Amino acid sequence: MLATLRTSCMLILAFTLLCGGAYPALITAIAQVAFSHQANGSLLRQEGQVIGSRLIGQPFHSPGYFWGRPSATGTPYDGAASSGSNLGPTNPSLRVRIAARVAELRASDPESREPIPVDLVTTSGSGLDPHISPAAARWQAPRVARERGLELAALNALIAQHTEGRTFALFGEERVNVLTLNLALDGKGDDCAGR
Amino acid sequence: MSGSLQMIATLLLTTMLAWPLGRVMIGVYEGSPPAWLRWLRPLEHALYRLARIDPAQEMTWRQYASAFLGSSTVGILLLYAFQRCQTLLPWNPAELSAVSPWLAFNAAVSFVSNTNWQSYGGEYTMSHWVQAVGLGVQNFLSAGAGLAILVALTRGFARTRSQSIGNFWSDWTRSVIYLLLPLSLFLSVALVSQGVVQTFEARVTATMVDPAGAEGEGQILAVGPVASQVAIKQLGTNGGGYFNTNSAHPFENPTPLSNLFELISILLLPLATCFYFGQVVRDRRQGVAIAIAMFLLLLPPLWWGYQAEQAGTPGMAAAGADLSARAGSSGGNMEGKETRFGIAQSVLWSVATTAASNGSVNSMHDSYTPLGGLAPLWMMQLGEVSFGGVGSGLYGMLVFVIVTVFAAGLMVGRTPEYLGKKIDPFEMKMASIVLLIPSLAALVGTAIACANQAARASIPNPGPHGFSELLYAFTSAANNNGSAFAGLNANTDFLNGALGVCMLVGRFWVAVPILALAGALARKPVVPAGSGTLPTHVPLFVLFLCAVVVIVGALTYLPALALGPIVEHLAL
Repeated sequence: MLATLRTSCMLILAFTLLCGGAYPALITAIAQVAFSHQANGSLLRQEGQVIGSRLIGQPFHSPGYFWGRPSATGTPYDGAASSGSNLGPTNPSLRVRIAARVAELRASDPESREPIPVDLVTTSGSGLDPHISPAAARWQAPRVARERGLELAALNALIAQHTEGRTFALFGEERVNVLTLNLALDGKGDDCAGR
Repeated sequence: MSGSLQMIATLLLTTMLAWPLGRVMIGVYEGSPPAWLRWLRPLEHALYRLARIDPAQEMTWRQYASAFLGSSTVGILLLYAFQRCQTLLPWNPAELSAVSPWLAFNAAVSFVSNTNWQSYGGEYTMSHWVQAVGLGVQNFLSAGAGLAILVALTRGFARTRSQSIGNFWSDWTRSVIYLLLPLSLFLSVALVSQGVVQTFEARVTATMVDPAGAEGEGQILAVGPVASQVAIKQLGTNGGGYFNTNSAHPFENPTPLSNLFELISILLLPLATCFYFGQVVRDRRQGVAIAIAMFLLLLPPLWWGYQAEQAGTPGMAAAGADLSARAGSSGGNMEGKETRFGIAQSVLWSVATTAASNGSVNSMHDSYTPLGGLAPLWMMQLGEVSFGGVGSGLYGMLVFVIVTVFAAGLMVGRTPEYLGKKIDPFEMKMASIVLLIPSLAALVGTAIACANQAARASIPNPGPHGFSELLYAFTSAANNNGSAFAGLNANTDFLNGALGVCMLVGRFWVAVPILALAGALARKPVVPAGSGTLPTHVPLFVLFLCAVVVIVGALTYLPALALGPIVEHLAL
């Protein structure tokens, strides 16, 4: 019994050095050398200042910006504490919250008769979803065009340009990155590539 | 249509990779790894020298079991100590305080039992030290131990009149060094290329773009050595993520391609063990038959889960959301799901992660429609044998095979046998224990929790969904899965303790009878197949095996399911 425990301790100690020390250190070294942009969070910079991550959504409230999905983190899009809403399908709060979001969107563009895509009124799993569906972007285009005095067709072209397709035309869904789309609206798209 | 294609392509890719991996495993456990892994041999031998292990020394099942139990005990104590002392240990850049006693117990048991149930949010509870040096190491070791036990059981079937079933220390070491480490190295780098973070920093602060949206000093982004942990938590069917929202978090799973890599990794090793098993018992068809049975058990929940999630709920439509799938919108129930994954990739993950006892998530199961949430719950309740954990999935399935040949033997009045080994009362006793104990823990645990005021106070959602959350938690713990209906506030003394006990029971009260079974089988002679022998590789047997798994699961859990997801569906 004592021999078993001694062997266990020695082996676990050795594995701790190997899998807990050498392994993450090696991966970090490879990652920082070969993929330093991705390994550090795919950060977007402007004049040396970090203005966000390409992969993490940000809250947008101004009508001249495209809005992302509602976020269930404590303060919306809290990158330090990810969270979903975890509201069950029959929870009355879920229905109330969706209805309130629908009302907010309808008020932002009273003339629109288009149905509102579901992703724009539901919270994501992480609360940090950087994307909306192309349909959700197109739904908001008239509002943004009006606020910014842009042509709707030009804005839709910009959306199409910022739409990422399925991987190998098969895996995942079509999506639009809200943050990079809004940066492009501000005319800051190009110097923010971050690489 | 495109959703089904995504699922089929993923499962096909997994199978294509699992087949050669099964062949690699044979050499690894015979001590002669393939040429391209031989450079790791000095490492293996250095470990043996350090721990004074003789890999050639054979163990009886009792010695094997005590080595497994001893190493698990040391693992639990060490992990508990790390969490309680994280303020004293280095590498705590976010200056997180010590973990509370019951939470530390729960997390320690959780990671050593290969469950990876998490009643905490990683990015604001565990230091880098605890995550990488503590939890990350147990991800390797618990998966390696599961593989070792499977290898021992396989030897039980393959050997004749033998007192021993191999050496735990060397099986364990080889699992980690030749399988889990190389695969994790490869996967981590692939994930980083997609945008999974890997850094020793802990926080990045960003000024935000829209001043109207910014509160306070800007957006704080939690980062860390994520890719290295995500790789092993997927490959080792562990499932314990770096972040609170696991693989739904864009830094754990940023693109559809990273999602594909992680999905394949969930099923890869459990499927490869089937092919390994077939080759060791010198009849590949046996392994293929079991693999087919696993796929057959997976497909119905996948189909109905996809239908349910794509349809969404009438309540969401009534509130004004457009649920239809059309150009540029996935439609369906998107609450708790990420845009880049949509419905198909989310549902495929939810079913795969509960079919395998992985438990990582890329969407929040708690917000699934009643029938969509029933799919992952049901997959766990089958006993984690459709793929299941690495090692533990196949050894669980082999127990069902024993029960199936026993049932078939009763029907025709012959002594049941499998692969030439007679199934006697001792084997049936062990098999019954393995089948009954996790279900007992899950149901009794749920019942006690329902009667407990403190546990009921942890339930956030009203009505039958609240009951489903407790049932899901105890099912997940007792079957060592680790996924959750995550709205449940499981970080209370009662739930941390009760779920911890369920995880211990589900791991060790299953693994030890399995080793006893391995020892008993190894001692038996092989009976040559005769005209009355039941063939166990034919479609009829595969279907019979699936029927036994489904009937045992349904008989055990249907009453409980009727009170949870089923009544909730009727109330939609």
